[in-house]
This record gives sequence, structure tokens and C-alpha cells, in this order.
Amino acid sequence: MAHSAPETPAKVTMQSAETRRSHDSIWRGLLPLALGMVLALALQFVLPAIVGQYNSRIVMDIGIAMIMAVSLNIVNGMTGQFSIGHAGFMTLGGYTAAMLTYYGSLYMWGAPPAHGHFLGAGEWMMAGACIVGGLVAAGAGYVVGLPSLRLRGDYLAIVTLGFGEILRVVLQQTSKVIEDPAALKAAKWSQLFPPPVGGAIGFADVPKYTNLFWVYTFVTITVVVAYRLKNSSLGRAMISIREDEIASQAMGVNIARNKVLAFVLAAFFAGTAGGLFAHESGVIISPKDAGFQRSFDYVIMTVLGGRGSITGVMLAASILTALPEMLRDFEQYRLIMYALLLIIMMLVRPQGLFGIHEIWQLWPGKGTRTVQKKA
Amino acid sequence: MSLLSVNDLWVSYGAIQALRGISLRVEPGEIVTLIGGNGAGKSTTLRTISGLLQPRSGEIQFQGQAIQGRAPHHIVTSGLIQVPEGRGIFANLTVDENLQLGAFTRSDRVAIRKDRERALELFPRVRERLKQLAGTLSGGEQQMLAIARALLARPKLLMLDEPSLGLAPQIVQTIFQVIREINREGTTILLVEQNASMALQVAHRAYVIEVGEMIMDGPAAELAASDEVRKAYLGAH
Repeated sequence: MAHSAPETPAKVTMQSAETRRSHDSIWRGLLPLALGMVLALALQFVLPAIVGQYNSRIVMDIGIAMIMAVSLNIVNGMTGQFSIGHAGFMTLGGYTAAMLTYYGSLYMWGAPPAHGHFLGAGEWMMAGACIVGGLVAAGAGYVVGLPSLRLRGDYLAIVTLGFGEILRVVLQQTSKVIEDPAALKAAKWSQLFPPPVGGAIGFADVPKYTNLFWVYTFVTITVVVAYRLKNSSLGRAMISIREDEIASQAMGVNIARNKVLAFVLAAFFAGTAGGLFAHESGVIISPKDAGFQRSFDYVIMTVLGGRGSITGVMLAASILTALPEMLRDFEQYRLIMYALLLIIMMLVRPQGLFGIHEIWQLWPGKGTRTVQKKA
Repeated sequence: MSLLSVNDLWVSYGAIQALRGISLRVEPGEIVTLIGGNGAGKSTTLRTISGLLQPRSGEIQFQGQAIQGRAPHHIVTSGLIQVPEGRGIFANLTVDENLQLGAFTRSDRVAIRKDRERALELFPRVRERLKQLAGTLSGGEQQMLAIARALLARPKLLMLDEPSLGLAPQIVQTIFQVIREINREGTTILLVEQNASMALQVAHRAYVIEVGEMIMDGPAAELAASDEVRKAYLGAH
């Protein structure tokens, strides 16, 4: 992390330079976090008044898509692997979080609907549940990441695809949701297997706690972590795997550990995004959310955004989430136009919106060309 | 004690037997070269030593420790550094970031900065391009970067795989001069080359490898003078 710090002037002694660097790096992490949370608060209270409920909901969807795309970009963009099972991690995290809040609310307050006001007990319970969902997804990420040590390219893609599909089928076999608080209190632990999360029809009546504040707080955490990672020596090691695995090994990078770590990190954030998604109003999470169609949406975002470019995939996540909504006027032609726009964008910018760069690296003088690597 | 000794190394790619009982040793302070034609097994030997390939049998000792079968990142940490064939620079990272990756296994910042300074003195062209993306460098500059990057890992033994590959003769001269210079400062070097005449000029000792077997070894000057080597590798008639 401190490797990226500018050269210290010769006068400064090594000791004080070290201390200053470590203070710097704490601030560089905390300051953006604080700013992001202020922005999230502002969005929460100002945005609905300006653009209305419907559009605010789209902005919320954009935030969730951003978490998904930025985290997938750690695997696909930075480390150069090809995962198309990201929605699987999201759904796993979503179901875990939903189960915690639904049954938590039923147990403590006797009913699942949203409890408490803004930043009340219910919302904190949701935030905690999102993190637990993230941890469960991270565990799955570890397991799915292991084959990445032996497989690459298309073969790895098939394994990750398989994970999402397996999860979908497993979720279809779950049992009915328990709706009665008394029945819940009387339930035995053995009834948790298979977990009562609604089977094929999905998990309805999950309390609605997700709002702009929480979504953009999690977006901020994801982006700060991704950005700090990208500029750390660990992140550089991951990028070096993408660029040239053999050379990366020759530099002493433990590529096995780094590949799995990329999967674990990405899966964690996908799990939290799944938690937020599950508590969004009007959503019934269902097994089909784990399927490959949704995974593909996020792959498209990372490809369109540019591999490794955090701001690029954030922009792509915004465009691709908002676009289908903006095209609603065209009714039945909507999806055709969406597909056409995608094709055009890929023809015009095959390297992604910003290539491998961040938005501020595009200004004249700072920008550097993307090097197309030989296949 | 030899810095590196390889004993009866057998390596295969599936059914193809690439190395058939290769043995070699490298003493501290030497430049040793491994010459031979296409597909003789030179790169395979280096890759096996640095842990990128697993031998079927045989022993590799570095500083008296058996290292065969260990993971590449462990081997790098012990000071055995390879500059891979085809340079293997990270095209979409800047030259500076490439250098930082060279020091990936180290955390002694003060010493790293000193080594970085020294590497840039050896390759002034690399210093001029620090902020550039490595993929935009010319072939010669990329080779210089690859060596400079390897120096940042502070090698006890530096293994170079075909540093002259695809480069103009003048650049090759420059690079071999630096290789000599690095060696004079105390780094032991194992050099794999197809350009046998260049390699034999800089090396102290040489091994000749042919279809996976060592057929000759001895002081570089003697080999360069021998009829067999001259006919087969130096283009004499």
C-alpha cells in the first residue's frame, strides 16, 4: 500500500516517513468512507423529493448492481479469471440475510413486516444480516475458487456457472416458510433442514429495510476496498496474474492463494448485495435469481466497464440498470434495443468504457493507452 | 559447496520425455551458460529449477537445500530468481509498477529503494520510462525492464532465459554488458541462450544440452574453441 506513495524527500528521515505513511493510509481509507456515508445520507433524504419514488428505486437498483459489478471485477477484471456464477453468491447471501431478518423479526417482534424507523433496530438487524450473508457467500467463494487453481478460461466459467445452477436447484427443494410466531417458537432445530425459505415459489414477505442510505453505504465500502486493493501490492500481484501467470510466479506471487482470495472477496460483497436486494421493497427472492441470466448481466457490466477499471464498471452498472427503464417507452422493442446498444458499445469500445483505466486517468496528459495483450 | 546443483533430473510433458538425466552445478560468483538448439530442453531445465515444472525424478539443491517440488514463490523467497523467456513483463502496468512487483516478496523498504536505484543506474533507459505502460516499450527496453525487475528481488542466483531473443545485435551487446556488470557485483548467473557465441563470450563455464541430455561441459573458452561446438552452434565450417 505504501509502495504507491510518492518518493519521500531526502531530508525526511526514514522513521518519520514510515509513520506518516501509515497515518496517510488510514486517512485514505476512512475519509472516502465518511464522504460516501454523507452522500448516502443526502441521497436518502433529498433524492426521493426531487426525482420521486420510482426513480429513487432505480437508483437503489443501480447501487446494488454497482456492488455486484465492482466485486465481480476483482475476479474477472483484476485477476483475469472468468466467473459467470456471481449471481449465485448474491442469492446465497440474500437468502441467508433474509432468513435472519425474517425469522429474527418473527421471533422478537411477532411479525415479519419492517420494524422501527430509519436507522432503527430493524435496519441494523438487516445490515448485520447482510454481513453474515456476505460471510456465508465468502465461504462458498472459497469452495468455488479452489477449482480455479487447475482450470482457466472456459473451463472455469463452466464450474462457476455450475455453482449457480446447483444452488438454484437446491433452493427449489427447500421447505415452506413458517408464518406463525408460535409455530416458530415450537419449531425444532431439525426443521432447519431443509431450511424453510419457500422452495420454488420463493421467499416472500421479507421485511423491507433496504433504503438508499444502506445501499450507498455498502457501495462505498465495496468501492473503497476495491480501490485500496487495486493500489496495494496485493492488488498488483492479482493484476500480474492477469497479465502473465508465469512471470507472476517468477516474481514470487503465490498465484493459488491470490486467485482464491479474489473469489472470497468478490463473493463476500456479492453476498452483502444479495442481502440488500432481498430487503428491497417489492422483491420476492426466488431460486431463479441464482441462475445464469442474472450472472450474465454482471459479466456484461464488467466487460463493458473495462477490466480492472472500478469507475468504468460503476458507470456501466448505472447505464445497464437504467437503460431498460429508459427504453420502456418502446415497449416490445425494448429488449431488442437493449441488445443492439450492447452490440454497438462492444464494437465501438471493445476494451470497455475506460479500458483498464479509472475516469480521472482519461484527462489529456495523464492518460496512457491500453496495451492489447496477445491472446 | 555449490550454490546450485542439479542431479540426474528427469522431466516429462505427458508422454514426451523432455529431460533425461540432466546434471549441472553453479558455483558462487560464476556465470554459467546452458547452450543448445531449439527444443533441447534448456528452458525446461530453468523452469524446473524455479519450480514452474515438477520433475519426475532427480534432485535440485540450492544453497545446500533440496528445493525440487517446492512452490515457485518459496523458491523465489530463497533468492533464486528467473527472468522468464519472452520477458514476461506486465504490459498493462507501468514500468514502475513492474519494478514494484519485482520486490513483491520483500518488505525491507530501505534496501528495496537502494536496489531500485542501482537497477535504474544499470538501465538508464528504464528510468526514462518509469511512468509509461510497460507494453509500450520496445523489445530491448522490455528485456531491460525484465532484468531490472528481477534484480529487485535481490537474487543470489539470477537465471536468464534467452535474453537475446528477438533483439537487435546492438541491444544484445548492451544487455550482455550489463549481465557481466551484475555478475561483477557479486550475483551468480545461470544463462540459457541460443546465441551461443555471445553466451560463450560472457560465461565462465558452459554446458551443452541436446535433446534432453547433457553432452558436453567445461570452461566457456575451451568449448568455444572445440570443433564440435564450433560446427554445431557457432556456424563454423
